[in-house]
Formats: sequence, structure tokens, C-alpha cells
Amino acid sequence: MCGLGGIFNLTGKGISGRDITIMASMMKDRYDGRGGGFAAYGIYPKYREYYAFHLFFKDEEAKEVTEEFLKDRVAIIKDEEVPMRNIKEIPREQIVWRYFVEVPHKFKSKADYLKREQDYIIDTVFTINDEIDGAFVASSGKNMGVFKAAGMPQDVARLFKIEKYNAYSWITHGRFPTNTPGWWGGAHPFNILDWCVVHNGEISSYGTNRRYLESFGYKCRLLTDTEVVAYLFDLLVRKQKLSIKTAATALTPPFWSQIDRMPEPMKTKLTALRMTYAPAMLNGPFAIIVTNAETMIGLNDRIKLRPLMVGKREDFVYLASEEAAIREVSPELDRLWAPRAGNPVIARLNGDVKEEIIH
Amino acid sequence: MVWKNFPPDFYVRVDKELCINCMRCIKECSFGVHEYDRKKELWKRHHEKCVGCLRCAAMCPAKAINIEKSRMEYSPHPVWTNKVRKDIKMQAETGGVILTAMGNEVPYLSYFDHLVLDACQVTNPSIDPLREPMELRTFIGRKSERFDLEEDSGASLKTEIAPNLKLETPIMFAHMSYGSISIEAQLSMARAASKIGTFMGTGEGGMHKDLYQYADHIITQVASGRFAVHEEYLKRGAAIEIKIGQGAKPGIGGHLPGKKVTKEISETRMIPEGSDAISPAPHHDIYSIEDLSRLIYALKEATRYKKPVFVKIAAVHNVAPIAVGVIRAGADAVVLDGFRGGTGAAPQVHRDHHGIPLEVAIATVDRRLREEGIRHWGSIIASGGIRCSADVAKAIALGADAIYIGTGALVAMGCTVCKKCYTGKCPWGIATQIPELRKRLNPDEGAKRAANLLEAWSHELKEILGALGLNSIESLRGNRDRLRGVGLNEIDLEILGVKPAGW
Repeated sequence: MCGLGGIFNLTGKGISGRDITIMASMMKDRYDGRGGGFAAYGIYPKYREYYAFHLFFKDEEAKEVTEEFLKDRVAIIKDEEVPMRNIKEIPREQIVWRYFVEVPHKFKSKADYLKREQDYIIDTVFTINDEIDGAFVASSGKNMGVFKAAGMPQDVARLFKIEKYNAYSWITHGRFPTNTPGWWGGAHPFNILDWCVVHNGEISSYGTNRRYLESFGYKCRLLTDTEVVAYLFDLLVRKQKLSIKTAATALTPPFWSQIDRMPEPMKTKLTALRMTYAPAMLNGPFAIIVTNAETMIGLNDRIKLRPLMVGKREDFVYLASEEAAIREVSPELDRLWAPRAGNPVIARLNGDVKEEIIH
Repeated sequence: MVWKNFPPDFYVRVDKELCINCMRCIKECSFGVHEYDRKKELWKRHHEKCVGCLRCAAMCPAKAINIEKSRMEYSPHPVWTNKVRKDIKMQAETGGVILTAMGNEVPYLSYFDHLVLDACQVTNPSIDPLREPMELRTFIGRKSERFDLEEDSGASLKTEIAPNLKLETPIMFAHMSYGSISIEAQLSMARAASKIGTFMGTGEGGMHKDLYQYADHIITQVASGRFAVHEEYLKRGAAIEIKIGQGAKPGIGGHLPGKKVTKEISETRMIPEGSDAISPAPHHDIYSIEDLSRLIYALKEATRYKKPVFVKIAAVHNVAPIAVGVIRAGADAVVLDGFRGGTGAAPQVHRDHHGIPLEVAIATVDRRLREEGIRHWGSIIASGGIRCSADVAKAIALGADAIYIGTGALVAMGCTVCKKCYTGKCPWGIATQIPELRKRLNPDEGAKRAANLLEAWSHELKEILGALGLNSIESLRGNRDRLRGVGLNEIDLEILGVKPAGW
């Protein structure tokens, strides 16, 4: 069991981290203090062109080794310690540092340089996580960052001074771990490039999903089932250029009994989609919130075995495991609903929020 | 000097008080065990001819017959077992190769029996298949790497979908030829496959005209003898399978003796009546992987690329690179036939000593295809020694897309695994062409029992998925995280890609 929350401003207006902290702290029953975290978008406007690496280091040595490695791979424009408070609730387990980096220009001449550049960043992240002992990349997207630790989410917020950041998109997670030990890197959100995921539940199809992703070169080494969700969105949307809706449909497709009753060409289309992405299908009880720079997506498993609520008030969209969390920050709402099993709820920057009906 | 069947394997004990001298046992036994001397009014039981099929005991109206394992044995010896000594005596007498049937009899380690499935507790709810949807539908064939859609129009599909077989349950009936088994047995499976929404294989004996109406659920076979292969045959079935090898006899061919080639078999196989039907060990036009590719594409051309083409290979030491080559050569699925696979006739030495376990073959082939990034190019069909729904689930979790059952289907139709298929005297009317014996299998009854078996296993598969907290078979496929090994060593576990219980 875990608690999820998300706040998304449709017009891109930044808000402080106070509201998301309140949302997180409203769901105390859903976590036990072994993991909490936040992701925030739009927090580094001054360095918006650079990939922002949030890194955890076990000790100074791990930091030195990582910096040597980074200098070979990328140009470091700026680096600094992530500001932290000393609080008694969470002992400092990690050194937390952020780097704003640029990929060398060698890709710029190529037609699809952006994709190549992003693949290069992913490769850099995987190499650090995989090969450098005691170093862990918590996030690697542009103009965004992940703040997480082993503790209650409200304590993590105090630890990282979350209230001082202004973001147009926030997600949070309070963890009650049942499959992997609680450590800072194991807390949610999980991130790759600007994709972030928070997850309540269990991906029972993890083995199938992981092996599918591995055949595309992803390395699932974080000892948790949630990472596959971030990689699946990266594969389907960024690499294979599916729309968010189609990607979400591939992950929680309609049942065959539903597809069989559909008219053409929908039936053929969904049959082809399921055949193609059978190993990408997410199974097991879950509610997830997935974000990138432009979007916030809420998604449930195909028989809704975990709670997820959506609220909207003017240009703010709220997602949470519990209505109480939404009501606490926005007592008045224009709309509040529980999306159906398997239907993605998609909020788009400079757009609207919509539940896509695929089930 | 003692003869080959001494001491006999079985002892036929008939209760004289119960026996009503109806002579039914004489009629039922196709091996001539029971004999009655009318003059002397005396029964004679030829124990040495008994194969232990239990047909007479099952049919005896007085329930007077009991077939016992003979207690008379040579002096015990742990190495020079009775079987070893009997085999030697048989060969000393005949100078021949020992022929046998059904699957491997050597008690090698069964990996299936050392793998256990996971189940949900607390953190993930198990799912009740009686209340929630539970999906077993499986597609066999080449898949696209990505889905290409003109998003704006919302409908137009750019991805070209390769021909696939749609299975409503991931279990099919394995290839057993008309000739090795009776048309009644084939008809039973064809009807069951149509009813359940799955497929049966013809074997290399061609498609008897009585099967035409079920052709949408039949996979035709092209083997080294090329029996029955012509354009209509290829187009008639739902898919085509090239048989390179068989798990029960890797590396060798087949031989249907001329006396079994009846008029109908000769017509179906397109060979002269009474002539031996010889399937050479290799295809004599396939001496390399590029030759195989040519045959695959010749068959695809002949069927206008509308039928998926499978290639069946026996699981041998180097199975992973071979299977990858098969997929790269253009096959839409590779069939892996493990060393426990059944047969109607095979030399005992091949059946018992060649090939590798199916479980290992699935694991290594699935891994290698993924490493090369071509797992979606073709499906993996596992076959050979699958005995129950748990074996099916474990095979799929290791990486198979679907499985074939042969022996299991025969047992459902009455077979008792007496291992005498090669004699053509099957007392249950399955592996025989003798009209009086064939009558013993009613295709209506056979179809019902074969379909029941598929239904029962499918029910159990749904329950297994439910216990695993999954509602679709595709989330079990290759999901080795939901398996654990019990009593396997580190290398076995590494090869299978499975953690030991406790991790």
C-alpha cells in the first residue's frame, strides 16, 4: 500500500511545494516512513536547456569516481549541493548533489539528434547506476528534479526544503514497501529523462515487462517493479512515437471480450496493438501517476485493484489515492471523479484533463 | 538358453470362480495373450505376450482378470537391472535394434518437478476467474516490433500484421500422422480443436479428406518424406510446419512399414499402396540453414504469404543458436521438442539417450532470441512430455508462447501407454489401422474426451493465473520471476533464469 498525489497546472503556472506536501501528509495510513519523495517540473528555469542530474552518493569517493566519469561523457555547466535541512527524523544517508550538464556537440549534425542525445543521457544514467558503486541517479530530465529519501513524505519535504521550489507539475509518493528494502534510491518517484512514475501496488507482470525492456537495451537494476513503467513510457512514447493515449492503451488494453464486440476498424487496430505489445501489458494491482514535461497521466490496472481519484478546480488538476488529500488542498472542486479501470486520465500542458475511454 | 521375454513382464491372473468363459478376453487382446483349448476345455494365458495395456481387464464383463507385474525376476543387481539383461538377451536373439514407442523412459531429472509457481498473499490480491475476466487467448506467429498508426485519422493501421494463429487456449494437439494413428483418433482431435478454438497437427501423413471440414483448425506438416505435399494441401490448413526433428528420436527419420500403407493411407500420403513410407533422417534438400530458408519461403510463396510457417526441431545440445537461425531464416514459430517427447516408433537407444530436457531448451532459446532483440520475430511452441496444466504454466513462464500435447491427448482418448504403438495393434483403436481395432475408438467419444482435457487444463490455467494475480496469459509469458527452483543447483538455476526458493 502506498499513497500517491499529483498537482498539475494546465497553464504552466508554478506553485510552491506546500500543497503537494499537505496532500502527501493527508494519507498517513498509506505509508510507514520507509520511503517518500517528490518530483517537480519547471524548477530550474535558469538552466532549462541542460539536463539536471540529481545524484545520490554513499560517500566522497563515490562522488569523485562519478564526477570523473561524468566529465568524460558530458560538459558540466554547473554543480552544487542540493539544499537540505538537518532534521532528526531522517539521518543523512546520502550526499545529494545536482549537476546541470550538456551533451557534447557531436550529435548536433545528425537528423534525429534529440533522440540520440537522449539515448546518450539514458546510457550515462544506466552506466552510473550499474557500474559505479555507491552512486545513484535520482533524476536526469531538463528543468525538473526528483527529491526522495527513506522517511515520511512530509519529513522528506522538510529535508529538501520542498516549499522553496515553484513547479507547475508536482507528484508525491509515500511508501509502504513490501517487496524491496527501504533506501533512498528505492523511494519513488522513479525517473528517466523527464519521465517520472509514482506507483501504488505491484506489477505482477514485472518479469515479463523487464525481459521485454531488456531486449531494447534497458537495464532494470533498481530492484523494484515500478521502474518498468517509466521505461515502458520512454520506449513507447519517446522511441516508438506512440501517442500517450495509444501507449496507455497498450499497457492496460481492453479485454478480448470487449475487443471482440467492437466495430471495425477499431477491432483490427486493438487486436494488432495487443499482439504487438503483449509483453508490455501491465498486470497486477496498481494505480500510477506518470509525468513528463508536458503531461500528467493517471492509470489504473484493468480491474481497478487500487484507488485513484481525479479532481479539477479551474486550471488545476489533482490526482490522489484518496479524495481527502485533494479536498485538503482544494475544498471546492469543479469536478471530482474516480476514473474507470484501465482508462488513462491525461492532463496536458496548455490543454485540458480528460479520461480516455478505452474500457 | 532362455528366450527374450523370459521372465515375462506381466502375469495374467484370472479368477476361475468369476470367469464365465465368455471368450471376450480373446477378442479384446490384440497380442494373443488369451487362448482357449475347446477340446480339452482348458485356458492358456501367454504371459510373455502381455504388454500391460489392461484392455482385457477393462472389458471383462465378470471383472475376473487382474494383470500383475510379474514378480519373477533375475537375481537382483543394481547395475545389471532386469531391463538391461532382457535387452541384451533380445538383441542376442535377433541381432536387431530395439524398437519402442512413447517417451523417454530413463528417469532423468524433471525440471518441471523442481520448479514451483508463486501465489498472491496480502500485497496483491489473487483474482477469482469465476468473477473476473481471465484471458488465455494466444497468437502464434511473427509480431511487429512497434505499432504504427496514423494517429490523426485515428484508425488507419500502417503496421502490416503477419499471419498469426489465434488460439483460445495456449494448448494444441501435436503432430501425429495418419498412419501412425487411426483416422478416428485424428478426427477426435480435429473436432476437439475446432470446438475449443485451438489447433491439431496432421503429422507428415497428409490430410485425410474426412478432416477437410476442420481444416481451419489443422496445421499441416512438411517432413523429410514430403508425403502428401501439394499446393492444395498447403493452402487447406491454417499453418504449415516443417518437421526437421523429433524429440523422441533426434537425428533420425521414420519408417511406416508397407503393410500399414492401406488404400486410404496411400491416397492421403500420395504413395503406392503397400509401399514402405520412408522419411529420411535429414531433408535431402536441407543440408544447411540457408536451405531451410529456401523451403520456408517456397512454402510461403506457394501459399501467397497467408499461412504462418513453423519449424519443428528436436531439443539438442546446441538448440539456442539453431532456433535463432530458424527464426532468422524466416520461420514464424519454432517448435522445440524436448527429449521426453513421444513417438509411435523409435529405436530405444535414440529415444532414451539423445536430446536435452524441454525446460532447458525453452529457457535458452527464449533468452537467446531476446539477447538478439528478435524475440518478436517468431513464437516458441514447446512440446514433449507436458503432462498437466502446471507443466503448461511453467513452460509458458519459462518463455514458451504455447505448447503441444501428444501423449496426453492419446491418454485422454483411451491410451494406457503400453508402448506398443509400433506394432500397429493398439488395443484402444488409436495407433492402428486394423478395422476391428479402429472401431474401438468412437470419434464422438474421443472428441468429447479430448475437448474435456483441454477445457480442464484451461480452467486450471485460469485458476493458476488468478492465484498469481494476473488476468492474462501474456503476463505470465517469460515471467520467470514467478517461478522458483527447489533442489536445483546453481548452474541449473542460472540456465533456467530462475531464483531458488527463498530468494
